[in-house]
Amino acid sequence: MLKMTHLSKAYRTEVVETYALRDFSIHVREGEFVAVTGPSGSGKTTFLTIAGLLEEFSGGEYQLDGANVRGLNDNQRSRLRNEKIGFIFQAFNLIADLNVQDNIDVPLRYRGFNGAERRRRIQEALGRVGLSARSRHYPAELSGGQQQRVAIARALAGSPRLLLADEPTGNLDTQMARGVLDLLEELHRDGATIVMVTHDPELAVRAQREVHIVDGQVVDLAAQPRLVAAANANT
Amino acid sequence: MFNYYLGLALRSLKRNMVLTALMIAAVGVGIGASMTTLTVFRAMDNDPIPQMSRQLFAVQIDNWGPDNKSIVPGDAERFQDQISYIDAVGLMNARAAHRQAAMYKTGAALTPANPDMVPFQVQIRATYTDFFSMFQTPFMAGSSWSADDDKNHTDVAVITQKLNDKVFGGGNSVGKSINLDGHEFRIVGVLKRWDPTPQFYDLNNDKYGEGAEVYMPFTRAIDGQLASWGNNNCNGDVGQPGWEGHLQSECVWIQFWAELPTAADVAAYRAFLNNYAADQQRSGRFHWPAHTKIRDVREWLVYQKAVTAEVRILVLVSFSFLLVCLLNAMGLMLAKIMGRAGDIGVRRALGASRRAIFGQCLIEAGVVGLAGGLLGLALTGLGLIGLRSLLSEEVSRLTHFSPADIAIAIVLAVLATTLAGLYPTWRAAQVQPAWQLKAQ
Repeated sequence: MLKMTHLSKAYRTEVVETYALRDFSIHVREGEFVAVTGPSGSGKTTFLTIAGLLEEFSGGEYQLDGANVRGLNDNQRSRLRNEKIGFIFQAFNLIADLNVQDNIDVPLRYRGFNGAERRRRIQEALGRVGLSARSRHYPAELSGGQQQRVAIARALAGSPRLLLADEPTGNLDTQMARGVLDLLEELHRDGATIVMVTHDPELAVRAQREVHIVDGQVVDLAAQPRLVAAANANT
Repeated sequence: MFNYYLGLALRSLKRNMVLTALMIAAVGVGIGASMTTLTVFRAMDNDPIPQMSRQLFAVQIDNWGPDNKSIVPGDAERFQDQISYIDAVGLMNARAAHRQAAMYKTGAALTPANPDMVPFQVQIRATYTDFFSMFQTPFMAGSSWSADDDKNHTDVAVITQKLNDKVFGGGNSVGKSINLDGHEFRIVGVLKRWDPTPQFYDLNNDKYGEGAEVYMPFTRAIDGQLASWGNNNCNGDVGQPGWEGHLQSECVWIQFWAELPTAADVAAYRAFLNNYAADQQRSGRFHWPAHTKIRDVREWLVYQKAVTAEVRILVLVSFSFLLVCLLNAMGLMLAKIMGRAGDIGVRRALGASRRAIFGQCLIEAGVVGLAGGLLGLALTGLGLIGLRSLLSEEVSRLTHFSPADIAIAIVLAVLATTLAGLYPTWRAAQVQPAWQLKAQ
């Protein structure tokens, strides 16, 4: 599903070149739930933005769902992002002046679905996150946990092949965080491929596999897969 | 997607009403100022007879030579714009054009047949029958007089609908008479409203005025010794005393127009005119080489400076003001759009291409332009009311706002604001979603 080989990302100024990722390789298979961990500044979020086609990379190869993304133009990258990737952000990133259903509608509009199809998908996604009754509410009228559920619904509505989550519980209290994680696990059980960036080891153990990044490099690709059920038992 | 973007634009504009109001006000004030002056400019720069303006030519003959006081030093193209009676008769007799008409402005006292009405003065245009066909004047009743009437100096007249309403209470007055300076003139035609603006065929006085109320044969007006009510320039030599002396003088007071439908006709008439002037030189009347000129209506209006330099400067200043307003609107748009960089980053992450963001923001700029254009229309209305109190009555009469002007104002506002919105929109499309999302 997601394969990066010897990938690098450098930020250049006139006097200095800084690598956010260096010789970075990772392979996420279809249906996997992978946690990407590492200390602050290790390159986790850079990995996620490159994986999500939000940022170019400097060297190496990146294949998404079998397609080499190097050299794609902005339109092609945007289409690929829209069709294959769903984003879940730490800060939810809902658009404040759109209500819940209009927020979920955003990626569907860019996909070009007709009105009936969009409505069906919005209802289905809201049902899945348990917020059907809140479709007309604005983000400011929802709790943090509910907002993140809306963000998950928005990510799911386009039926993406890959869910990218960046510290999805970082802005939530423990109870809400647990609810969101339960939802992610449920999505994974239903077949979703999930890559979750987190700096919290307790969250990471709930993934099938953990990839640890330090200074822009994967340091433990051989981490043992863990069963989600076992992780649940530990918490 | 257009409707979606339109909805987003309206939603975005509602979000920050103060900023939105400032943007619309900036565009509206600029459009109001520029459209006010443009309306006056267009009225002055109007082609008064578009279907014929390239075929009708004003004729100039230099009958004053090196002593010509009206020649601007270094500009031989600029000399007297009327001709003498001698030349008018000479050109009319030559009949070298497809149609031609000498003419001048005069007037007389009209005594109505109705004893309840008091006599009043009317403005008369003394001309030839071709005047009506050349200038395509519309008739409500009857027609122009005949060429024989010109030749026979007949007491006939064509009157305007307005005069017809005033003297006869409307209706078909062909066959009735009007009394001018004690002489009865048989009415042969009544003109519908005909109001070429400006009055291109005689720009000497009152070029935006209402024109003559009575038309009569040139030959008959000369017989009646009806003096010119327009400009009369004698270059310092008024000639012999009396009417006959005036007619034989080199004073210029007559306008002369020729209809020349083809380029060949124009070339032939130029040659004829130079030959005519050369003949005058040979006969001893002119002591200088032929100096003549013909100009079509558009050239004539430029030559006669129908649009004054002040109005041109005013238009330039007001459009510069529009530019300043648009720069302000651009700055406000940039602030507004960049304030939404986070949302733009989210949209990009969710699949919006740069082109999609560009389209969305450009439509928002267009909506601001439309609203600014509507405000500009209202301000133009106020501006024109204000100008009417400053301008002469004859120019004020022209400063109405036509449907075409409304369309121009709206199109100008939308186009200009969209252009001003290009930079903020481009900046919006360049928002790096990764940076925005990392920042959050």
